[in-house]
Amino acid sequence: MGLSARNQGSLKSWAMLSPLVIVMVVFLILPIAMIVTVSFWQATEWSIIPAFVFENYAFLFGSPVTYKVFVNTFKYALITWACTLLIGFSVAYFLAFHVRSMRWQITLFLLCTIPFWTSNIIRMISWIPFLGRNGIANSVLMSWGVIDAPLDWLLFSDFAVILAFVHLYTLFMVVPIFNTMMRIEPSLIEAARDGGANGLQILWHVIIPLTKPGIMIGTIFVLTLVMGDFITVRFMSGSQSANVGRLISNDIALLQYPSAAATAVVLLGTVLLMISILLRFVDIRKEL
Amino acid sequence: MSARQTELELVQVTKRYGTTVAVDAISHRFQPSSYACLLGPSGCGKSSTLRMIAGHESVSEGAILISKRDVSTRPPARRGTAMMFQNYALFPHLSVADNVAFSLRMKGVDKSQRMTAAGEMLELVDLAHLSDRLPDQLSGGQQQRVALARALITRPQVLLLDEPLSALDPFLRIRMRTELKRLQRELGITFVHVTHGQDEALALADEIVVMNNAGIEQAGSARSVFERPDTAFVARFLGSHNVVQLDGEVFALRADALTLCAPGAGHLEANITNVEYQGTHVSVTTRTYDNQEISVLLSDRDFFAHSANPGEPVGLSWAQETLHRLQG
Repeated sequence: MGLSARNQGSLKSWAMLSPLVIVMVVFLILPIAMIVTVSFWQATEWSIIPAFVFENYAFLFGSPVTYKVFVNTFKYALITWACTLLIGFSVAYFLAFHVRSMRWQITLFLLCTIPFWTSNIIRMISWIPFLGRNGIANSVLMSWGVIDAPLDWLLFSDFAVILAFVHLYTLFMVVPIFNTMMRIEPSLIEAARDGGANGLQILWHVIIPLTKPGIMIGTIFVLTLVMGDFITVRFMSGSQSANVGRLISNDIALLQYPSAAATAVVLLGTVLLMISILLRFVDIRKEL
Repeated sequence: MSARQTELELVQVTKRYGTTVAVDAISHRFQPSSYACLLGPSGCGKSSTLRMIAGHESVSEGAILISKRDVSTRPPARRGTAMMFQNYALFPHLSVADNVAFSLRMKGVDKSQRMTAAGEMLELVDLAHLSDRLPDQLSGGQQQRVALARALITRPQVLLLDEPLSALDPFLRIRMRTELKRLQRELGITFVHVTHGQDEALALADEIVVMNNAGIEQAGSARSVFERPDTAFVARFLGSHNVVQLDGEVFALRADALTLCAPGAGHLEANITNVEYQGTHVSVTTRTYDNQEISVLLSDRDFFAHSANPGEPVGLSWAQETLHRLQG
């Protein structure tokens, strides 16, 4: 009797869980399983053959291009991370500690989100007339006499790629950092001041340590977004630079699905490894 | 630590927020090396006053003098004050010892020295064995003692306590009360303690400053304020007093100075409205024929000698010298 009641209870909890389980299985587990499976298949120029071979991985790890592209991807991720962290932390700090009234905080925060009302691609493309050889940036700089000839590294360069990344993803840094900063009790700042801390010491000894979980969440957002991106790199570098995402998209364009899948698996493994290392440093559970 | 004779004085101290006046030109000289309580209902300006003394709130007008020097424009750490916050405000990412040593670290004292100093302070509040814990891992009472040690390590001349006992359960509150009083005696510095609990103020304070409506209503030793309240507000706020109108004048009359007698035999006629048993005492609430509520506090022995029940008529009597006339 008691046993059957317990079984019924567990059945009920499984039933309640099922919508989430179904969504996760169909949209997360299955696709990843599919990619992993396909990464072991064989492919020729005209056919894809189900198999269990390691030739895709062998090719991937045997090619010097792979390493160059991965290094390039890490470079983009690292520089973008540093820039978004600096800007994101400053913006969040300003919003949380300098803007006193809730109304202004909300207004300014919404202002930050306005760029997100348009699509990523449009935001990216809008840089082109600005940065181009005869673009606004060059003509302004020339009219001020700062430069004599147009700068050609402004567009279709690593600079342009990172600029676009920073533009696209800084808000992903602002939001979690702002969120953790808002949870810092004002009395803690007062207590620090009572203990003789100056502004910089309060920042270093109180605010930054207490904001670490937010910084970590923002870092995870930015890293995963940049590592997985391919369209920004293609547009802003004028197809002159590559990252792992472009490697995959090129394979797909050539219908080399097994090779693309293998690259995707390696990328996924790399990103997961990075995140697991990050999570070792900071406990973000209480933020979730 | 030697007892220093520190004087804390407020001169016409005013705090305005926009057009609202939170503290209205209060002046008071605190007794040196004493335990003072700022007592009042919420919104009376007592917390603003404390925060102005601490330097966490700017002074709109007036001066705050510590040892005869105006400190009202100095930063909090340069006033000779230290504050203990209502919710303790311990740094959650620092261990107990690091919390206590925080101000020394800000001053650039080296690690071994500040850990020794923190250890001594923790010894003083009896927490040396928990110095490696994080604040989360401590009970409310322990957290409070850490906050106390953190405030005291700066060797303040004046310790400011903002409702320090309000987050504790009643049992612990009474124990911490004793501890605070002991520390004040041992250190010989001035404690200024903000509270809205009259029992807390009476138990702790050498000097009570009763505040109401942004001003000081009455200040004096605990006993003088309790025995001779100036105004009806003070008498009511301190409790155990009845405010009685007799022949057009207002008097304070302590509940334990009244006795019940047969109808017609006392000074006032009343009906009993409620009887509340309180263990050692019984509180009898009565309503007089001219509609004043008067409570009478009897020892349980006196009460049960001739019991009285709600609804019964009764006479109220008192000794004439226990009547205390109030202002206006």
